[in-house]
Amino acid sequence: MDFVASFALILPELVLTCAGLVLLLVAAWGGDKAGRPIAIAAAAALFAAGFLLVPALHTGADGPATLAFGGLMKIDTFALFAKALIYLSAIAGLMIAPAFFAGPSAGAERGMRAEYPVLILFSSVGMSIMVSASDFMTLYLGLELTSLTSYVLAAILRRDTRSGEAGLKYFVLGALASGILLYGMSLLYGFTGGTAFTAVREGLTGQMGTGALFGVIFVLSGLAFKISAVPFHMWTPDVYEGAPTPVTAFFSTAPKVAAVALTARVVFEVFGGQVAAWQQIVMFMALASIIFGALGAIGQENLKRLLAYSSINNIGFILLGLAVANADGASAMLVYLFIYVAMSIGSFAALLMLRAEDGTLYETFADIRGLSVTRPAIAWALLIFMFSLAGIPPLLGFYSKFVVFQATIEAGLVAFGAIAIAASVIGAFYYIKFVKVMFFDEPAGVVTGKSGPAHWVLLGMTALIVSPLGYLLTPSLTDLADKAAASLFLVP
Amino acid sequence: MEGLPILSLMMLVPLAGALACLFAGANQARWIALGATLVTFVLGVMLWSNYVIGGPQWQFTERAALFAGFSYALGIDGIALMLIMLSVFLMPICILASWDSVTKRVGEYMAAFLFMEVLMIGTFSAQDLFLFYVFFEAGLIPMYLIIGVWGGDNRIYASYKFFLYTLLGSVLMLIAMFWMVAQAGTSDIPTLMQYNFPAEAQTWLWLAFFASFAVKVPMWPLHTWLPDAHVQAPTAGSVILAGVLLKLGGYGFIRFSLPMFPEASAQFAWLVFALSMIAVVYTSLVALVQSDMKKLIAYSSVAHMAIVTVGLFAFNVQGLEGAMIVMLSHGLVSGALFLCVGVIYDRLHTREITRYGGLAINMPYYALFFLLFTMASIGLPGTSGFVGEFLALAGIYQTSSLVALISTTGIILGAAYMLYLYRRVAFGGQANADAAAMSDISGREWAMMAPIAAAVLWMGVYPESFLAPMRADIAALDARLSSAAPAGDARVAPGTPRDHAANALPHHEGQETAGGSTDGAKEGAH
Repeated sequence: MDFVASFALILPELVLTCAGLVLLLVAAWGGDKAGRPIAIAAAAALFAAGFLLVPALHTGADGPATLAFGGLMKIDTFALFAKALIYLSAIAGLMIAPAFFAGPSAGAERGMRAEYPVLILFSSVGMSIMVSASDFMTLYLGLELTSLTSYVLAAILRRDTRSGEAGLKYFVLGALASGILLYGMSLLYGFTGGTAFTAVREGLTGQMGTGALFGVIFVLSGLAFKISAVPFHMWTPDVYEGAPTPVTAFFSTAPKVAAVALTARVVFEVFGGQVAAWQQIVMFMALASIIFGALGAIGQENLKRLLAYSSINNIGFILLGLAVANADGASAMLVYLFIYVAMSIGSFAALLMLRAEDGTLYETFADIRGLSVTRPAIAWALLIFMFSLAGIPPLLGFYSKFVVFQATIEAGLVAFGAIAIAASVIGAFYYIKFVKVMFFDEPAGVVTGKSGPAHWVLLGMTALIVSPLGYLLTPSLTDLADKAAASLFLVP
Repeated sequence: MEGLPILSLMMLVPLAGALACLFAGANQARWIALGATLVTFVLGVMLWSNYVIGGPQWQFTERAALFAGFSYALGIDGIALMLIMLSVFLMPICILASWDSVTKRVGEYMAAFLFMEVLMIGTFSAQDLFLFYVFFEAGLIPMYLIIGVWGGDNRIYASYKFFLYTLLGSVLMLIAMFWMVAQAGTSDIPTLMQYNFPAEAQTWLWLAFFASFAVKVPMWPLHTWLPDAHVQAPTAGSVILAGVLLKLGGYGFIRFSLPMFPEASAQFAWLVFALSMIAVVYTSLVALVQSDMKKLIAYSSVAHMAIVTVGLFAFNVQGLEGAMIVMLSHGLVSGALFLCVGVIYDRLHTREITRYGGLAINMPYYALFFLLFTMASIGLPGTSGFVGEFLALAGIYQTSSLVALISTTGIILGAAYMLYLYRRVAFGGQANADAAAMSDISGREWAMMAPIAAAVLWMGVYPESFLAPMRADIAALDARLSSAAPAGDARVAPGTPRDHAANALPHHEGQETAGGSTDGAKEGAH
């Protein structure tokens, strides 16, 4: 085994791990006073790691040269694409944090928490491993590294009961999901005699036995938990509402990308020979997520809870691309992921800017009444994000739905696509409620606080991407996504 | 003119104006909006004057590969040209109509209207199926805001209803578009207009497009969003809604449903006829009993648009030409009628018909304009309404005399409710002191009304100007439809000549004295 080549392939992960370990020591000795510099250093590390991805992403990386550690990991274009998205989301998660922790919403212990950036870094390492796994062992390793850091992140406000509750719920349900996943993996190992993706795939060829089918179903259920697809979505609204808002923003982006990418890799590389076995499951999850995500959001007053349902709804559309089970669908899914991440980061950045004079955060509909009069910039940005999430052209959110539905119809799943698109109208109902509250209602006038430049930069950048100008990005984005999706289907 | 991307320019000017308005003060925004719309109108006039009648079918084409999945392709034929002209003509008038009446968040209001203009021009000039959809659907956003922010008391309900109704209709069309593009391998509209889809697929595709366009037109029973939206929208919003947005449905039928799915269109013509006949009679009767002026005109719009759909599905040149002229005429006339309502609403802040009366005494010029537009709405010869309705009904008569008969009652009922409205508002005694004290129309209102009045008369007296650019396109469409056209029950078909005269009787000897019952026969035999 050529370790030099392998280490060269996982250089971004190495950078992040080393940075995480060093910053952990700094945090241990420096305490919360060093929180802000640590956050900046962590963001720099993520940026550097992301920069390392660029050459390979540009030229495209496929074939045996991308296998590391004797086939335990596979750093192909698909993994690189997912990693780039994950690092960008993690940087955004770091940028919005300091202002939040400095404000009164952070509870008794104000000030940037030094362990927050460190946890984000380790979580990113875990996600990198997840998306480049090509063996069930690597997969589980990455998944658990991510999950454990996420549990701590959800509960990072130690004195805050809501945060603690969110962390506990996340932990209990996450552990259950991990157990289900592990059980499925052990079944697959038992019936195919291997843990490497290629070995399991070979073992699954031909007529599939009931035991192996159970293995497939358990693995998919475990993964559905991680991406919060219906019917395994129950934890999402509670965790999103209870966790501190920057953490929620992080949860709704980076781990989602990682889990979706992982799911795509598993269904195509491991179960790729048995499309009939999983396609129906994914189709069901997609439709159920779209419908229940939309219906669940309708009665919500809390904006974070609403965005949680919105993310369930969006996962449904992403799974729609997966259910198509071809390279077009996978490419559409990646394009959707990119746009979804931009919309999510933007929405949460806007949410974090709904501050009172003293910095207290607002998070219900009642607080943003008439926002367009008091804070027009935030209101217009939110308008763009909400119409975009609803998939109304000419915003970029339409393009994400466009590619997914195009792939669906081209694959001949017309009825499936028609039901899904009709259900998307239900979703439009609560997105336009956002606009109604901000633009049509009389101002509540409570949102008066100022926000720092980090928020404005994020809000401006994401709004620009989501605005019609974002369509100019689509040729290069589609090109990248096509390359990434193609590398998923290179398995012999 | 060669090489100047005039269509893009026509979209760029209002777009720049819209962005400027967002950041401008109230008064600046008004002038920026007026300036931008006037410049666009001038560009529109240039467009019309440079349009070569009898030239290539698609003119002013532009194409750029800016996006993945679909291309930025523009180009117009005569039909699109006329509808673009209608849009850019009405836009400055809308801005003038909102000059004083909108005082809240003027910059955003003007920006919304200018965005609307960009999207309308884009919709009519898009040559790529998906680009069309983007423009078509994007109109929801500014219209939702216009109704919701600047609308009346019940604006929230109306805006939701408008948004969700239209969205549900459109998304089904999007699915059909994906299927078509997957099947035909191109999203280029001119190519698709010549593409022959399998007949059984056409049925589904037609229904999906119908779901979208029937809501937009709107056709009974999907029209219920319209009265709500009209009543709650500000005056200029109603003008643009009635003047241009409803035409998107008719344009959709003429651009997509008919040429792309001719067999399915013939197959479903009965459905369109049935819904249109119900709409003509039912909504006219509903209009008759309205006490709210805007609602009355909104219902009359539904009835007029039913004439449009009847004309479109008549499958002959007269019907298609008539439908187009009714669309243009209705755009002008109903827009003008909403302006008429807006003028007195601005003064008295009520749309109740009974609160007015005898306006001809204190507002003679206003009454004159109102009378002209009322007559045009009824279809008095010499006004635009007559030309369109006459052609459309002449067209449908060739296909189905029953549909023609019932649709024609719409004209009688239209006369009933419009004259009844006019009598109650303009004639009679001055029942209300505050209505009697209203001043006649101002210079700004003259500037709004007079151009529309001139256009209405022009179209009524010399419709050739408007028909000429569309003639070749309608002929092409008619040729495309001819194979699928249903057999008409009123077409004159030459039969085989008889040997004898029709009233000739065989001559029998000795029957001369048979009795009185054969008197007639005898006379005929002579």
